Amino acid sequence: MAQTPSQEIKNTTCYMCACRCGIRVHLRDGEVRYIDGNPDHPINEGVICAKGASGIMKQHSPARLTQPLRRKAGAERGDGEFEPISWEETFEILSERLGHIRETDPKRFALFTGRDQMQALTGLFAKQFGTPNYAAHGGFCSVNMAAGMIYTIGGSFWEFGGPDLERSKLFVMIGTAEDHHSNPLKVAISKFKRQGGRFISINPVRTGYSAIADEWVPIRPGTDGALLLALIHEIMNKGLYDRDFLVRYSNAGQLVNMDEDSDAFGMFLREEAPPEEGCYDAQNQLWWDRKTGRPVTTHTPGADPYLLGEFTLQDGTRTKPSFQLLQDRVAEYTPEWAERITGISAKDIRRLAHEMGVTARDQRIELPIAWTDSWGEEHESVTGNPVSFHAMRGLAAHSNGFHTIRSLSILMSLLGTIDRPGGFRHKAPFPRPIPPCARTPKGPEGVQPGKPLDGMVLGWPASPDDLFVDDKGEPVRLDKAFSWEYPLAVHGMMHNAITNAWRGDPYPIDTLLIFMANMAWNSTMNTEEVRKMLNDKDDNGEYKIPFLVVADAFQSEMTAFADLILPDTTYLERHDVMSMLDRPISEFDGPVDSVRIPVVPPKGECKPFQEVLIELGSRLKLPAFVNDKGERKFRDYPDFVVNYETEPGSGIGFLAGWRGKGGEKSLRGEPNPNQWEMYAQNNCVFQYELPRSYQYMRNWNKGYLEWSQRNRITRFGEPILIHLYSEVLMKFRAAAQGKGPSRKAPAHLAKRVETFFDPLPFYYDPLEYQSTNKHTYPLAAITQRPMAMYHSWDSQNAWLRQIHAHNVLYVNSRTAKAAGIHDEDWIWVESQWGRVRCMAKYSEAVEPGTVWTWNAIGKAAGAWNLTPKANESRKGFLLNHLISEELPGDEGPISNSDPVTGQAAWYDVRVRIYKAEEGEPKETSPQFKSLKPYPGQSTRARVVNFFAGLGKR
Amino acid sequence: MTQLALVIDLNVCVGCHACVTSCKEWNTSGDAGPLVDQNPYDADPTGTFFNRVQSFEVGEYPNTETVHFPKSCLHCEEPPCVPVCPTGASYKRESDGIVLVDYDKCIGCKYCSWACPYGVREVDAESKVMTKCTLCVDRIYNEELPEWDRKPACVRACPTNARLYGDIHDPESVVSKAIREAGGYQLMPEWGSKPANHYLPRRKTQLTIREDEVERADNPLKIDSQLPKPGQEEPSLDDVTSW
Amino acid sequence: MHPAFSVIFLTTLIGAGQGLFLALFGAEALGLLGVLPAPSSEFLALGSVLALVFLVLGLVASFFHLGRPERAWRTATKWRTSWLSREVIVLPAFMGLVFLYGAAHWFGVNPALGTLPGEYPILATMLLGSLGALLAVVLYVTTAMIYACIKFLQEWHSPLTVVNYTVLGAASGFTLAAAYSAWAGVPLVTFTATIAVVLTLLGLATRVASLVRNSRIKAKSTVQTAIGVKHPRIQQKSQGFMGGSFNTREFFHHMSAAFLRAMKWIFLLGAFVIPALLLAIVLVTRIDPVGVLIAAFVIQYLGLVAERWFFFAQANHPQNIYYQSVG
Repeated sequence: MAQTPSQEIKNTTCYMCACRCGIRVHLRDGEVRYIDGNPDHPINEGVICAKGASGIMKQHSPARLTQPLRRKAGAERGDGEFEPISWEETFEILSERLGHIRETDPKRFALFTGRDQMQALTGLFAKQFGTPNYAAHGGFCSVNMAAGMIYTIGGSFWEFGGPDLERSKLFVMIGTAEDHHSNPLKVAISKFKRQGGRFISINPVRTGYSAIADEWVPIRPGTDGALLLALIHEIMNKGLYDRDFLVRYSNAGQLVNMDEDSDAFGMFLREEAPPEEGCYDAQNQLWWDRKTGRPVTTHTPGADPYLLGEFTLQDGTRTKPSFQLLQDRVAEYTPEWAERITGISAKDIRRLAHEMGVTARDQRIELPIAWTDSWGEEHESVTGNPVSFHAMRGLAAHSNGFHTIRSLSILMSLLGTIDRPGGFRHKAPFPRPIPPCARTPKGPEGVQPGKPLDGMVLGWPASPDDLFVDDKGEPVRLDKAFSWEYPLAVHGMMHNAITNAWRGDPYPIDTLLIFMANMAWNSTMNTEEVRKMLNDKDDNGEYKIPFLVVADAFQSEMTAFADLILPDTTYLERHDVMSMLDRPISEFDGPVDSVRIPVVPPKGECKPFQEVLIELGSRLKLPAFVNDKGERKFRDYPDFVVNYETEPGSGIGFLAGWRGKGGEKSLRGEPNPNQWEMYAQNNCVFQYELPRSYQYMRNWNKGYLEWSQRNRITRFGEPILIHLYSEVLMKFRAAAQGKGPSRKAPAHLAKRVETFFDPLPFYYDPLEYQSTNKHTYPLAAITQRPMAMYHSWDSQNAWLRQIHAHNVLYVNSRTAKAAGIHDEDWIWVESQWGRVRCMAKYSEAVEPGTVWTWNAIGKAAGAWNLTPKANESRKGFLLNHLISEELPGDEGPISNSDPVTGQAAWYDVRVRIYKAEEGEPKETSPQFKSLKPYPGQSTRARVVNFFAGLGKR
Repeated sequence: MTQLALVIDLNVCVGCHACVTSCKEWNTSGDAGPLVDQNPYDADPTGTFFNRVQSFEVGEYPNTETVHFPKSCLHCEEPPCVPVCPTGASYKRESDGIVLVDYDKCIGCKYCSWACPYGVREVDAESKVMTKCTLCVDRIYNEELPEWDRKPACVRACPTNARLYGDIHDPESVVSKAIREAGGYQLMPEWGSKPANHYLPRRKTQLTIREDEVERADNPLKIDSQLPKPGQEEPSLDDVTSW
Repeated sequence: MHPAFSVIFLTTLIGAGQGLFLALFGAEALGLLGVLPAPSSEFLALGSVLALVFLVLGLVASFFHLGRPERAWRTATKWRTSWLSREVIVLPAFMGLVFLYGAAHWFGVNPALGTLPGEYPILATMLLGSLGALLAVVLYVTTAMIYACIKFLQEWHSPLTVVNYTVLGAASGFTLAAAYSAWAGVPLVTFTATIAVVLTLLGLATRVASLVRNSRIKAKSTVQTAIGVKHPRIQQKSQGFMGGSFNTREFFHHMSAAFLRAMKWIFLLGAFVIPALLLAIVLVTRIDPVGVLIAAFVIQYLGLVAERWFFFAQANHPQNIYYQSVG
């Protein structure tokens, strides 16, 4: 009789993308047999995606690294010639080198991480080490989305907030990558459509979610700002804004100093005595009251401000309300103007504006939930305007993205949809003050040998005084984030780290530690040159980036360049926390965090990167990781997670659930030795549901803000008014104009800062468009995200790569025919920075001025332990070769980024296409020398015949 | 008589392939497994899958619809693949209408696949027998699974709930209602194979706004366009004219 | 459809074997009636061996078509519904009869089993031969019906498929019989060659008829019915996988249209025109027929291999609508 294999189900959290769905891992005789969605998990409610259901093949991938590797003496970087070494030797090499750096010049160590989910720990490590040179992938992902919205409404999309599709009636999705927040959004869109909601998708390409939209509005890439400003124009023009909402909850009525000679020009007028300083908006601005005809403090009971008009104070100061300034700004942004830029007809723009405005106004939701606002007024109900939006990288990854996203935030605010039912809803820990309180050091004195960094590694500048620059205004950080060049680079600028380190601008470094970021391939712009930089040597024959350490679970293009490879575990082999200190998985109705708990043992000698950091932190005696005697404080990462507190006795740790000695406390409380077990017993997730009266209007909800303050989610309980007009931006502009009390911009950047730090959103062509001949390069080239593949991660997955083995360039059939290109012809795509050969495919679902391909399917030959003949390298290609990380500037190269936030401008590149010559090889170009398998990697099976629990058959 | 089936709602399918790999994952280690993958890390990887998601473009720019189209065995009520089978390996169950292959009887002659107009049967290159969607018979009656979990893997996985599952002969079932109310249809009806699986078409929500609806009596511009009166002290013609 | 060589050889080899047997039995019957010179038992026995060789080779070829040939015995079970099952029953039965028929002649065991009205004796070989001839025809039908019964393979779903399988198989068998007669020096060359010419020309007519019919077929299934979307312009952009699958390997010939056209002319010449000319030359001239007739058979056989290849390649399976584009 056949023996029944032992079956077991273990809960943990998925990591096949960044969604962090709850999964149930079914084991048969210890081997993963099946992974399905956990129905009791708030994120995915039991569903799973193509990637999540292919996790087994990740475990069995021959690309797995299994032991620490050192580049062989004499081998060049990029050749992939390695020899195994022990972990002990690895740690000795690292602690000696890093110890020396820390004691001499800590900024010569740089730590950059990719799509990791442990920024709380990696950031802590960098801060404790004392280096300012830390960032995660945010700068080249979607920092514009975070910054543009947080500097306007105090919250943002995805982890921090999203569309309330349960109650929405009209949903507008604009520039959304299908891999962001994917399962929750899929679940929500489906329910939304089934209950009769109207779904409009604005995107140059119709794939994925856009496919099921009721209306597809194709738009030219990089012109979303023009559309949004024209929508604002029309909504203001027709009076379709929610006046009551704007008056009470935004700075629409606040009076701005219009006295051009004044140092305070462009700043809000305020009551005389300033209250205590803190990272919040003091409530001392002025309205011009309609009833009394004179200026009063905002929110004076009974007062109602003028939103339009121009007023003169008794002292002769001319002033206008923010709303008037916004109206002045959008006056020229007519639908006809936007039609020429976006390609969307003025008629359609007007119709869209009317759909939004009328739906918001006429389909108002009222929930019988009593609540009290920050000014003490009691409301019997919560109301909402059921129009919601979702946007992501399509808006963000342009050099004009910050202002585009400010425009979107303002549009959402005009419609009265912020943290209200049916509109945009925050997720804890948001809303936060505008901007949030974290600050970096303010100058080079914050970086001292042997000491932790004097400030956060990443922060939210509220004024030029918060920049991280030296006396001359030069950057302290390697990536130049928080400098005058990119003042609000709040997620850092990883995309410039290698180029800057190679050039020694602003300074050379010694050791670069990269964690799970494929910086020699799809995560970098200008891939070919960056690969050369990684391998470039100075006149003495020393590498320009002397020591390169890469931590990853898989062999990749990047690992090939490493001097030292640290083999990481997969998500099924380790502990992780989706921490409130990083990016938790909160829901609209309250904070949520979650954990990963290993379900199978690590492969080979793989070690979770967190354990590496804790070991290193202990060896380097970084204060957070050792006790007073300098002894190791934490046994391992799980022990760290349980016992680490942000400050001794703070009661705030990496996990918010089951705190306190017996697990009786939430959010704050002393460490609980059984915290992991309690998470394990509760689906690996901690969910805190706020009282209903705290679930809405949280920017101005007294009860919520006090709750948030009591639980130390925020330091202050002041209301967070929407910044239609951004005084924060104005402070930078003033500094660039030589005005005001703060430090001043260096002369060569003054004009740039003055231009782009406009307190009101404005439209400009993406910077690369401005330096490209549009006749020579008439097309915009962008990527889209396939839903069955996450970044470059899954080409080593035997199932997922059957779905996307190579990529083609999708071209509108009319555009292609005009260029003499047939369906499936081999073509060249050329930008002013480079060219790639690939296959063209006709499409009717793409705007004719746009060409696109799936992101990161193309691979270098032999990478990810595929054979050199694999489709990924022979027919697949990378658009990155066409994109430069820098643009020519008057004073030398500047980053190809948004000038406000440093967001990498992935989607700004302009190209032309032409047919490849007859005799050319039918394979993509460029090609790279094929990589060989590394020591310790399993051999590539010729046939996989997977059946769990029987071993390999 | 029961006829179990899937109803696939094209109105919400976003083409994510969750049903494709969750099916593969369940079945490769299930009664039908293993399902082979050839050249898994080499050129032209290919393997046995019971379910595929395809994409079609309908219309011409800018009036284009992108249709994501999942397809697996349709469990026909008159399955043309069954009578042609010389061994009886291909059969339709009386009890629930599921069309199955008895892997022990199949000789791998592929004739049933020729007799299927839908292209949903695949010979496994390793076991050399015909394979296809089983509607997860090893799940839906599996008493080791809790009752809520006794559904096909693809149905459990689908993030947009685009895959409804039930008895299309029971007029009260969720699938029968969906077919009735949302215009469910069969593929290639011209062959009379009466697929049990149905598809639900795209449905559009439109919004019509008449011009006189754009502005309402309580338009805020009525308030905001009332600008303050100038102060009496401000200069006026009264100050300089005398006739 | 992807032309599978196992099936091409199966159908062409047994078709020729069946035809040869029909020729042998016809010659014997007409010999008994005195219409033709009676062939010797030895000639008929050796001829039966030759027919069996073709049948066995065909059977062997068929096994290459099966994924699990060791289970082939199971195939006889579903004769009520499956033409394939019926073929699998009829083929060995026919082979058995050919064997018995040949053995009876070889061993000269040919008792009269009774008499018919008019005192015609019922010889054992005549009974075996009649049953064999009947099964030969039934076998043509069962073989052809495997293809003709699939209604959505519109190129196949026609009585012409049965006619062609029968006539073409018989024509090649009679050509083979003519070559065999000439080689054996038996005066049956004129009889067999004449019938071969007639069948070949008849086959040309019926095959051309099916070509004409197939060129006018309007596919009942379209991408519109395949996905149920009613719009004149629908294009697949992704079939859902990129490295191929059973569905892209089994149902597509992966050859160019030009290759297909060339194949058509090759089989029209090879299966019909050239053999008919060679047979005619033998009939109307005094040329030594052995070499010419052997050549005629070889060319006709190869022509029929091409014809069968084309038969599969031309069949457009509606499932192909679902597998049009890699992307």
